[in-house]
Amino acid sequence: MPPRTLYEKIWESHVVREHHGESALLYIDRHLIHEVTSPQAFSGLEAAGRKVRRPDLTFAVMDHSVPTRNRDLPIVDTDARLQFEALARNCQRHGIRLFDMFSRNQGIVHIIGPELGLTQPGLTLVCGDSHTSTHGAFGVLAFGIGTSEVEHVLATQCLLQERSKTMRVNYHGKRPSGVSSKDLILALIGKIGTSGGTGHVIEYAGEAIRGLSMEARMTVCNMTIEGGARAGMIAPDDTTFAYLEGRAFSPRGKEFQESVMRWKALVSDPGALFDATVDLDATQIAPQVTWGTNPGMVTSVTGRVPDPSSFADPDQQKAATRALEYMALKPGQAMVDIPLDRVFIGSCTNARLEDLRAAARVVRGKHVARSLKEALVVPGSRVVKAKAEQEGLDRVFLDAGFEWRDAGCSMCIAMNEDVLLPGERSASTSNRNFEGRQGKGSRTHLVSPIMAAAAAIAGHFVDVRDLGVDVTE
Amino acid sequence: MEPFSKHTGLVVPLDRVNVDTDQVIPKQFLKFLTRHGYGNFLFNDWRYQAGNVPNPDFVLNVPRYQGGSILLARANFGCGSSREHAAWALLDYGFRALIAPSFGDIFFSNSLKNGLLLITLPEAQIDELFRRTESTVGYQLTADLQKQSLADSQGLNLHFDIEDVRKQVLLEGLDDIGMTLKHDRDIATYEKNHHPGAPLYAPVDSQSSPGD
Repeated sequence: MPPRTLYEKIWESHVVREHHGESALLYIDRHLIHEVTSPQAFSGLEAAGRKVRRPDLTFAVMDHSVPTRNRDLPIVDTDARLQFEALARNCQRHGIRLFDMFSRNQGIVHIIGPELGLTQPGLTLVCGDSHTSTHGAFGVLAFGIGTSEVEHVLATQCLLQERSKTMRVNYHGKRPSGVSSKDLILALIGKIGTSGGTGHVIEYAGEAIRGLSMEARMTVCNMTIEGGARAGMIAPDDTTFAYLEGRAFSPRGKEFQESVMRWKALVSDPGALFDATVDLDATQIAPQVTWGTNPGMVTSVTGRVPDPSSFADPDQQKAATRALEYMALKPGQAMVDIPLDRVFIGSCTNARLEDLRAAARVVRGKHVARSLKEALVVPGSRVVKAKAEQEGLDRVFLDAGFEWRDAGCSMCIAMNEDVLLPGERSASTSNRNFEGRQGKGSRTHLVSPIMAAAAAIAGHFVDVRDLGVDVTE
Repeated sequence: MEPFSKHTGLVVPLDRVNVDTDQVIPKQFLKFLTRHGYGNFLFNDWRYQAGNVPNPDFVLNVPRYQGGSILLARANFGCGSSREHAAWALLDYGFRALIAPSFGDIFFSNSLKNGLLLITLPEAQIDELFRRTESTVGYQLTADLQKQSLADSQGLNLHFDIEDVRKQVLLEGLDDIGMTLKHDRDIATYEKNHHPGAPLYAPVDSQSSPGD
């Protein structure tokens, strides 16, 4: 057998049928659903008189629109309430396990999947959410799907798929201190652009990736979709196995040891061919800050807002001009001179325990700048929240003037009441700086948790490397 | 799904690269339970100013582009979020086909599932279509899926590529769930040979807990 990539190994082990001139039928091991993209799938299913084929492989959670405070009060947003009720009803009717907003295991779908041990190497996993790529950190083929595909998976536990092209991204050398996994992925998107990975599944490799914790690897894979690729993966290793041991859905004892033996084969074979390869020197990457309206519009914190005329392509020039107008920035402005209104530490990208620990190290004993209207910390899950509270991180943030909230997607997508007002500017640890993403007219700068924490204290961006704080993840 | 075979319609030019699905349909409109009724919210934040007043500069509000049914766009249209509401909103507004140099992956499959034809053409041809659309009031194109051609009344006739599988699905308006269910025996065999399920080894706190 010719050498195969990790993607090809997982693909081939999940093909139910593949015939020339037809899409392949791919088996799905885990299906995660949430309140926003599933109601129409259930209505479609029921209208056609179909059943959920594998409720035992389907897991539901309320995350996108959940309030992050006063959760015990009635939900005032009627539309959101109806979506929560529809999810609860659909799960009950079809026998699907639901982590509702009062469950101790509730959280953002891409945080709780790994936390529960649902995400295991070699599996296929889908969810009606583009950041499903997160789970690829475990050597899982995981990607976001639309609602029609959600319905397809509910009914058949399979998806019709075409084989993707493959891309390997090598991060050479060690990541410098003060540089987070968020900076690694933003630097890549800055290099290849928001469509650089379209049509591909990315495998991340290299010394800087091997050195990352599982939580940091999830940040990298999470933002794969921002580079256009539907899925990003990292081959599992001892770091992965150590993370998985003892989780609720992880196998135990002898079964776990046997699983590890199988998981160890989940690597790209030497000599396996990729359709594209991208190389980055991790030692040269600095903390990143986005300046525009997509994650590819990014530069180093030491950099300046670019001049649109510096782009070669006329379409890119136009896009940059428009982005600067929307963001109310001037070419040549130093990134550290940009003043902020709000800071958001949260989202499926950066709201895990290590993110909160690192941010807490930066803010401990300091106070949020007076010029800031709000600084929010929204843990990615209730388990993360409880652990952080055991460590006293909530006190560190509260003493520094941050708000400490309950788990959910919150200001990343701003479907609940956590929004920016028109014209307001945020430093955000989330994944999208699109126009209006955090509220109509909102201006978002994407950064790592330690960069967001440092910006909250200063009221503007600062180079976190200059603070003299130990900020290793 | 409604089949797509041939469509002639007014072309609307949207001259921006990297139009993400957050722009196509902003998140405040994702809280409904239906697949219909999103047309009024298509491109909401670009289309309306404060107080829901139409923005006269946005292309959908320009009188000559009223009634358009073919959207001409730039590279990487539909990148970002997986929300199928983007495809639903375009269809509900009245678009039947989109033409661009490239599309976001998830948006591409979502469109196909809803009978919205996405046509990918090289940049140079897209540039030419923008020139023609902007210089000719009432500029129309005919998209013929069977022939894989895109033509205007001025003699332009472009060929476009589409995978056979996708072409058949669109032409016949196939119910792909129904098609997959025909392979039920293959799926059951796969499950029998390969699938251990998802056993739980420690308690979790969920509301609905079948089999706990």
